[in-house]
Amino acid sequence: MKLILEQMPIVVNALNIGFLQTLKLFIVTLVGAFPLGLIIAFGSMSRFKPLSYVTKLVVWVVRGTPLMIQLLIIYYFPGLILNNPIWGGGETGRFLAASTAFIFNYACYFSEIYRGGIQSVPVGQQEAGLVLGMKKSQIFFRVTLLQMIKRIVPPMSNEIITLVKDTSLSRIIALQEVIWAGQSFMKGSHGISGAIWPLFFTAVYYLIFNGILTLLLGRLEKKLDYFR
Amino acid sequence: MPILEVNNICKTFGHTQVLRHINLSLEKGQALSIIGSSGSGKTTLLRCLNFLERPDQGVIRVNGETLFDADDPSTQSEAAIRRKRLRFGLVFQSFHLFPQYTALENVMLARKLLAAEQPDFKARKREILEEIEAQANLLLSQMGLSNRASNYPHQLSGGQCQRVAIARALALHPDILCFDEPTSALDPELTGEVLRVIRDLAKQNTTMIIVTHEMTFARDVADHVIFMDEGVIVEQGDPAQVFEHPEEERTKQFLSHYKQG
Ligand SMILES: Nc1ncnc2c1ncn2[C@@H]1O[C@H](COP(=O)(O)OP(=O)(O)O)[C@@H](O)[C@H]1O
Ligand SMILES: [Mg+2]
Repeated sequence: MKLILEQMPIVVNALNIGFLQTLKLFIVTLVGAFPLGLIIAFGSMSRFKPLSYVTKLVVWVVRGTPLMIQLLIIYYFPGLILNNPIWGGGETGRFLAASTAFIFNYACYFSEIYRGGIQSVPVGQQEAGLVLGMKKSQIFFRVTLLQMIKRIVPPMSNEIITLVKDTSLSRIIALQEVIWAGQSFMKGSHGISGAIWPLFFTAVYYLIFNGILTLLLGRLEKKLDYFR
Repeated sequence: MPILEVNNICKTFGHTQVLRHINLSLEKGQALSIIGSSGSGKTTLLRCLNFLERPDQGVIRVNGETLFDADDPSTQSEAAIRRKRLRFGLVFQSFHLFPQYTALENVMLARKLLAAEQPDFKARKREILEEIEAQANLLLSQMGLSNRASNYPHQLSGGQCQRVAIARALALHPDILCFDEPTSALDPELTGEVLRVIRDLAKQNTTMIIVTHEMTFARDVADHVIFMDEGVIVEQGDPAQVFEHPEEERTKQFLSHYKQG
């Protein structure tokens, strides 16, 4: 116990740095997947059948295979198979590859949520807007959008919480996120070796961060409770 | 000159011919009731007038101006249709109020968006918005809803929602206000309050087309009645005439269901 207390400052320092990378991946994924998901949603709802079929097929493949495999393929495929290591070596390359895999994967999940949200707003809302002489864009932004947001906040919250934990999968391509940082103390790092507790201690980071997110998302859900 | 002339409107969905050669006309300030069993095409007719459906054939004229002509594509552009829609108002069976807005905001929203397109909007913004709000409040009080202005739709009864929807339609000053079974989604004890405001509108000579299953109301409120069946106008005329002395067998049969019930 005394040993752990002595090691604590060193470990926390290293884990903080790792968690920063986790956080970066989390934010970049959201920033990329929110809009990309909407585009994919419109693609899958397109009246142009070939586009809608292709989009649905891609979504099906991405949702039907493990994110870990997608990470490995996106990271290694260009270098090993195409002889064109576009990601480069080093932490930056790994981060770019991980971001690409995460954004694409999460955009596919988000697209289904968006689609459900858009389709759950009754057509009557749009027709009421049309009859009142509103433009299509006015109807979307003034009438449909908020009703859609209200409906997608709960499923989106679930995905966002899952994303926080999923970022740890990027460990498989050696991205130096918080799990990687925790694990490094087993082999030896910063003069500490053979310590397994830092790896378990990373769970505290996830718990605290998810706690904060749950609180914020819950507040947003409450805010939209004023209408039905 | 009639305010509304509908000539030879036809509409087909897939293989079903829903409207067959509909002709009708309406004078300014008059109320027209449309009765007929479910599936006879009443809703589709109102949706055609409000440009929610595009007729396959026929012409729609308001005040002598051709708003729609199936043979003339220049009458069918999306931008032109948006303006033309404003000639008509439509009150839906299930209200379709915007849930995220209060009763007052529901009434004002479309007016505000239109006002923002006026050239003098920037200069007179405050004045214009105050005008719109005053008018919306006046409409709500006419509907007996002064004390409900700041309520959201889910806080209102069905009858109150429908009256807000009527105020929302009136706010745009349509030439012709259409009602599609305005009381069919309401509990029986709430239909009275909605029928009352429509009666008041008729007294103020609002030009209206009312699709309804309330036969007594249809007869009292209307200057003219149309009976539709399977997409055809079977019989039309003075309410007393159609209700008391229908000429067509199908009309008699339809009305007999209501006399017994
Ligand atoms: N969008 C549509 N697609 C296919 N059929 C429709 C559509 N709208 C209405 N219909 C059909 O048209 C007929 C008339 O419907 P409607 O105008 O709603 O009648 P009413 O309002 O008199 O009950 C019905 O048989 C209905 O099933
Ligand atoms: Mg109907």
